[in-house]
Amino acid sequence: MSRDRFERGLLRVLRPVVILALFLATAFPFLYMVTLSVRDIQELILDPGSLWPERFTLDTYVDVLTRQGFLTFMRNSAIVAVASVAVTLLISIPGAYAVARLRFFGRRQVHFLFLAVYLFPAIVLAIPLFVLFTMLGLRGSLAGLILVYIAQTVPVTVYMLRNYFETVPRSVEEAAAIDGCTRLSTIWRVVLPLSKPALMATGLYVFMIAWNEFLFALLFLVDKRESWTVSLGLSQLAGSIEIPTTVLMAGSVVLTLPIVIVFFASERLLTEGLTAGAEKG
Amino acid sequence: MSRTPARTLRQQEGRAGLSLISPTLVITLAVVVVPLLWAIMLAFQDARLINIRRTGVFGHYTLENFGYVVSEPGFWSSLVNTLVYTVAGTGLSIVIGLVAALALRDRFRGRTLVRASVLIPYVAPVVAVAFLWETMLNPQYGIVNTWLREPIAFLTQAKGEFLGVQVPVALLTVIAFEAWRYFPFAFLFILARLQALPGELDEAAVVDGATPTQRFRYVIMPQLWRTVALLSVLRFVFTFTKFDDVYLLTGGGAGTEVVSVRVYNFLTSRDDIGAAAAQALVLAVFLVVFLAIYLRFFAGGEREQR
Repeated sequence: MSRDRFERGLLRVLRPVVILALFLATAFPFLYMVTLSVRDIQELILDPGSLWPERFTLDTYVDVLTRQGFLTFMRNSAIVAVASVAVTLLISIPGAYAVARLRFFGRRQVHFLFLAVYLFPAIVLAIPLFVLFTMLGLRGSLAGLILVYIAQTVPVTVYMLRNYFETVPRSVEEAAAIDGCTRLSTIWRVVLPLSKPALMATGLYVFMIAWNEFLFALLFLVDKRESWTVSLGLSQLAGSIEIPTTVLMAGSVVLTLPIVIVFFASERLLTEGLTAGAEKG
Repeated sequence: MSRTPARTLRQQEGRAGLSLISPTLVITLAVVVVPLLWAIMLAFQDARLINIRRTGVFGHYTLENFGYVVSEPGFWSSLVNTLVYTVAGTGLSIVIGLVAALALRDRFRGRTLVRASVLIPYVAPVVAVAFLWETMLNPQYGIVNTWLREPIAFLTQAKGEFLGVQVPVALLTVIAFEAWRYFPFAFLFILARLQALPGELDEAAVVDGATPTQRFRYVIMPQLWRTVALLSVLRFVFTFTKFDDVYLLTGGGAGTEVVSVRVYNFLTSRDDIGAAAAQALVLAVFLVVFLAIYLRFFAGGEREQR
């Protein structure tokens, strides 16, 4: 048998095996999470090896949402994420437009600054912000957290949007200018409608960061239970012995589900937006 | 005088550009750049949460924090842990991402489902997945241990024996978590690059009788080096300063203490801001040094590959 035929044959066998392994490694844990969340804790302890629950219960969800306060945490997370998305877009749209279209002093340096922010370690930044927020009494407030998320995501969103804005033909903008549009109304009426996919992708990116973030939420909000985000709530309650694991698994599902729904609704958009810069960079 | 209006148009454009970008600049300056400068100042001051209001800009500057941080027990081992964790985590996540991208490149039934599933670890909140792993690896009721003959304390055991060799169990588990969670990131980038490759080269190689491994080595890989190099840098930087994954999985115990977790502990349990800042700064300096070494030795080779 020639080397070529051997390799082709081997790959024909290996490829499905690899695909199956990848699928199991990524899908199984989440399936496990969901099945644990609808089980009774007694049943889990008696028979930890079984994958399928004998009796389904939704009490875990009732418990985690009401008694453990996850409804409040969800509300906080939603406020933080939505506000971060709104303000980040509001700030980065003009910024991205300026970098894409206008020649101004320091345009190149701006690039470098954004890359630096993107690569900058959050743990270094956490210290002065922790001190500052303590001094200002902003610890425990969601507004402070939102401010940090905006600052951390604006550079990336400017970069993502800039790539897209550059693909909008200049001639369309010039036509709008001739029709009497000012610069801002050109952005509003011409550039933004043409850039909807990019706006969606960047908005989702910010939403994901703000919903999933943990370090700053831990540093700023831990003392004040009523302003915990879902991530923080889950991490804090996971340490206590009184709350059964199955209830906390329900909490994990509650934390994960919104982001997975958002992601699947927009997978194509998001992955294209995120990797768009890779080929050039 | 004909040049004057042109210049003012240009000036107008410059002014408009600056005013459009200024909100972005203001917020990054206020929430990133200024705090960074302040962090550097704090590293050279005896700052604690109690006396922070008294340590002004012109306060007493000292190198004490650095001496203290470097001589403190556990510093060097945490640095080694960080490095091992970062290199292994980065390497594994890129290799798995590459394998995944190659395997999922061509069409097959159910590809959309598998592709979506492969991305979930990266998209899901870190707290949820860390807790999920903790539960799965739990020695009492975790699913993994019920399949093993003897339960293994994956996350709390510093050293274990495997085929007669001592292995750092918890550290390896944390590295596996890192690889599992971030291979989708590499997968996305590599897949995007693979799909942008021109098909003719590969077809020509098939006509010339190149076997699949030869095509991978001589046709596909040379075109992927740029992406792989970029990924190595990105993942190295992100992993080296990563806090939440290790903190949530082990809390820095069982031989998995990384520098960022130490920084957090200095900050919150000791309230020693100066030492925390000094430690974070040391971390950042090491990061820059490693990056410089990497770029010096690997970026040059990458240019030849192109």
